[in-house]
Amino acid sequence: MNLTLKVWKQKNSATQGSFETYQVKNISSEMSFLEMFDVLNEQLIEEDKDPIAFDHDCREGICGMCSMYIDGRPHGPWSQNTTCQLHMRAYKDGDTIVVEPWRANAFPVLKDLIVDRQAFDRIIQAGGYISVNTGNAQDANNLPIEKAKADEAFASAACIGCGACVAACKNSSAMLFTSAKVTQLSLLPQGEPERKSRVLDMITQMDKEGFGACTNTGACEAVCPKGISISNIARLNKEYIRAGLIV
Amino acid sequence: MTWKQLFISSVGKKVVMGLTGISLVAFLLVHAGLNACIWANDDGQMFNKAAHFMGSTVITRTLEIGLFIGIILHIVQGYMLAATNKAKRSIGYNVQLGNRGSKWYSRSMALLGSLILIFLAIHLSDFFIPSRITHAGLETPKFYDGDTTAYHDMYRLMINRFQDNILAVIIYIVGCIALAYHLFHGFQSAFRSLGVHNKKYNQLLTSLGYGYTVVVILAFIMMPLSIFFGWIS
Ligand code: HEM
Ligand code: SF4
Ligand code: FES
Repeated sequence: MNLTLKVWKQKNSATQGSFETYQVKNISSEMSFLEMFDVLNEQLIEEDKDPIAFDHDCREGICGMCSMYIDGRPHGPWSQNTTCQLHMRAYKDGDTIVVEPWRANAFPVLKDLIVDRQAFDRIIQAGGYISVNTGNAQDANNLPIEKAKADEAFASAACIGCGACVAACKNSSAMLFTSAKVTQLSLLPQGEPERKSRVLDMITQMDKEGFGACTNTGACEAVCPKGISISNIARLNKEYIRAGLIV
Repeated sequence: MTWKQLFISSVGKKVVMGLTGISLVAFLLVHAGLNACIWANDDGQMFNKAAHFMGSTVITRTLEIGLFIGIILHIVQGYMLAATNKAKRSIGYNVQLGNRGSKWYSRSMALLGSLILIFLAIHLSDFFIPSRITHAGLETPKFYDGDTTAYHDMYRLMINRFQDNILAVIIYIVGCIALAYHLFHGFQSAFRSLGVHNKKYNQLLTSLGYGYTVVVILAFIMMPLSIFFGWIS
């Protein structure tokens, strides 16, 4: 199929960008969206033009690097899917596709479609961990965990830190991401010792990074490639209230 | 959470919104219930006595002060949230996600709130200000059989406001519709902000929110309509 692409081009974070229009030809419906970009970039290199910079790593939907805002939706038209797992059979000959970077002041554009998502790392560093001595892992059966809780913690742990939630949110809020980590650790005994300081510190860091507050619109949940539920956000709110007002 | 964080952190601010929002929801139910006394069709006796009661006990007057503090907090905090949230994305998208991820009214809480605020100003100057401050239109007290108390004839004030005044009726209906959409989202959202995370309860609260809103808002809309069409007089 032949397609028209309108892609955001921006030299670096200090300059202003604009949309460039490209034509790609003979795209197979079996290619992934990123492979289509590879074809385009080969073509641009041969024409001695600047290829489009985009993030990617695993290309199997688990690393969360492939941030692209495609036709108004993070990670494109398929639900619970990453850009790397989006395939060209989603499109038909003659389509025009608009590709933009994540837009949030906390995620500055570095080049073209690549944004700096280190703000997420700093939120995790603020409390998204457990402090344990290293050494031999203890026997797993020493810490019995109710099945329902283990499942719920696992569902929250599925977050890949891609940032689609921030990109979709009208407030550029990082609450879905932050709440997934808080929920996971608050459900497990290993998370118990740092339970209060974790939620307080992570929210302080989240606010400091310049993410917005949550209006509970649900846009994050709708675009999350891992189906993280906004119930995590309500649980974070409870953890936050518990951590100070209630002893 | 410290008291300071309650007002400056993103999560704390939402706790304030949720608490004040739910208080307003509770007030609205009482307000609708009392106003429904106009349908007794008894020359306003039941309604005027109920209004008199609300204005004359220490408890209700104290609650009234609480209500004013609550609504001011809600308005100030609401606009602050709306402004700071908007400032977090300086460069917008070319193509919007729009309704694919969320309901339009959940993204329009500040706009709906502004419509409510305009309506509230009109509403207070119609009834609250005459009742408590200027007494305009309430010069003649109302007496009922077997009772020496002189009542403010709020009932008459209300009838006069909507009788033959289609514009006032329309303003009230628009205000009520804005409030309905504010609550379609706000009712369940407030509980989420306060930490209700169990999906079973969230579903229940969403349904309860729709039910509450439809009943209360329809009751309010029927009041000016009943007067305008002369169903009560
Ligand atoms: C008077 C003008 C009003 C303004 C300017 C206003 C503004 C707002 C805004 C901006 C929000 C969303 C905050 C956010 O999550 O970003 C909100 C939420 C809410 N409002 Fe209002 N509002 C007003 C009146 C009311 C009234 C009269 C009620 C109830 C009867 C009400 C009930 C709620 C509820 C329940 C929420 C949800 C709170 C939450 O998400 O935690 N509001 N309001
Ligand atoms: S919550 Fe979902 S959308 Fe947000 S960072 Fe995690 S995986 Fe991505
Ligand atoms: S490249 Fe790793 S999730 Fe898409």
